[in-house]
Amino acid sequence: MREQSTTARPPAERSPAQEGICQEADGRGDRETPGAGGAALPPSRGVREALPIVLGYLPIGFAYGVLGAAVGVPLWAIVGMSVVVYAGSAQFLAVGLLDQGASALTLVTTTFLVNLRHTLYATAIAPYLESMGRGRLAWVAAEVTDESFVMNMRAARGTRSLPFGFTASLNATAQLSWITASLLGGLVGGFVGDPLRFGLDYALIAMFVALLALQTDHLREVVIGLVAGLVSLAFWTQGHSTVGVIVATLAASGVGLFFPAAEEDSDAGTGPKEAKGPPVEGLPRVGEPEATWGTTGATGQDGP
Amino acid sequence: MDGVNLFLAILAMGAVTYLPRALPLLALADRVMPPKLLRFLQGFPVAVLAAFAMPLVLAPEGSLEISAGNLALLVTIPTLLVARMTRSIIATVIFGSVLMAVFRLLGGG
Repeated sequence: MREQSTTARPPAERSPAQEGICQEADGRGDRETPGAGGAALPPSRGVREALPIVLGYLPIGFAYGVLGAAVGVPLWAIVGMSVVVYAGSAQFLAVGLLDQGASALTLVTTTFLVNLRHTLYATAIAPYLESMGRGRLAWVAAEVTDESFVMNMRAARGTRSLPFGFTASLNATAQLSWITASLLGGLVGGFVGDPLRFGLDYALIAMFVALLALQTDHLREVVIGLVAGLVSLAFWTQGHSTVGVIVATLAASGVGLFFPAAEEDSDAGTGPKEAKGPPVEGLPRVGEPEATWGTTGATGQDGP
Repeated sequence: MDGVNLFLAILAMGAVTYLPRALPLLALADRVMPPKLLRFLQGFPVAVLAAFAMPLVLAPEGSLEISAGNLALLVTIPTLLVARMTRSIIATVIFGSVLMAVFRLLGGG
């Protein structure tokens, strides 16, 4: 019933110009050219779009597991957090707090504050999800992370509407890698040294750098990136990384309103296209890891 | 913290993490948003990326360090070039990680 509602789709603000950017970004290497509709985003494509996240989550999730085992967190709790909480920085912080013997209240409060930024992601991605029932929305919500957000939004640039099957498989692949890595790290525990010492913690930074390089072809994006980066940097150096990310995102996006969007340069009249990808059923749902850097724990590493 | 309390704490952590993720989606999906709001929200992805990346690259230890001693900065410059040239995220991630590993090994770190 709900899916028959005639609610209009969000106005399409995306233009062919933006699609061009996306296609350019997608045209080579590991990805294929997105089509115009949801049909171009099958679940299998979601799995592939998750691969850069997997490269980042595996080493950091592993490090989280090792750290948890090292301070005596039981394996079921190490993995359980990756399934139920699925938020890298919060999980690193939780391990540190457990090591210090913090109370449950401290644990929960810290987690809440560190993860509040997800509100921004859920708000921004809502207009791009295809029309779907509440159950599916509730499912997608569970796996919103820093990385899944940016990868989903990147895909939305090309097609305007994200099919449930695509988003769910992208997210599930990412969380599965986070859970698996946590489990392996927890099992190996103290037998290895710092698993990130050789630079694998740079994988997620490299992914963000790549996405930035691919999404800043227009003045507006460059300005947004610079403002956000500098505001965040200012908070970061004062030790307020968590709130810094939120303030920086809001401030930079606000400043961005004063610059013309790419589509306004070329053709502002394109209406929103509705992607009509057939809903894909039966996607397995996985946990939700996310990498966190903004909220650095004592170790300075944040996973998903 | 004993096992039962830890179990309950993890459930509560999951709940307080889930709500900020779910409430906006449930409230906003299928709603028409004003174009200006949409444009505002469209800035989020780039803003989030930069908000995470810039501090980690320019101040990996917490204070601004723009020098040759900053490995993250040294690695990021060629990584950016690789990203622009290949336009492949996977290739960029592999390049950056390997380069960082090489630098750390060379540096004895």
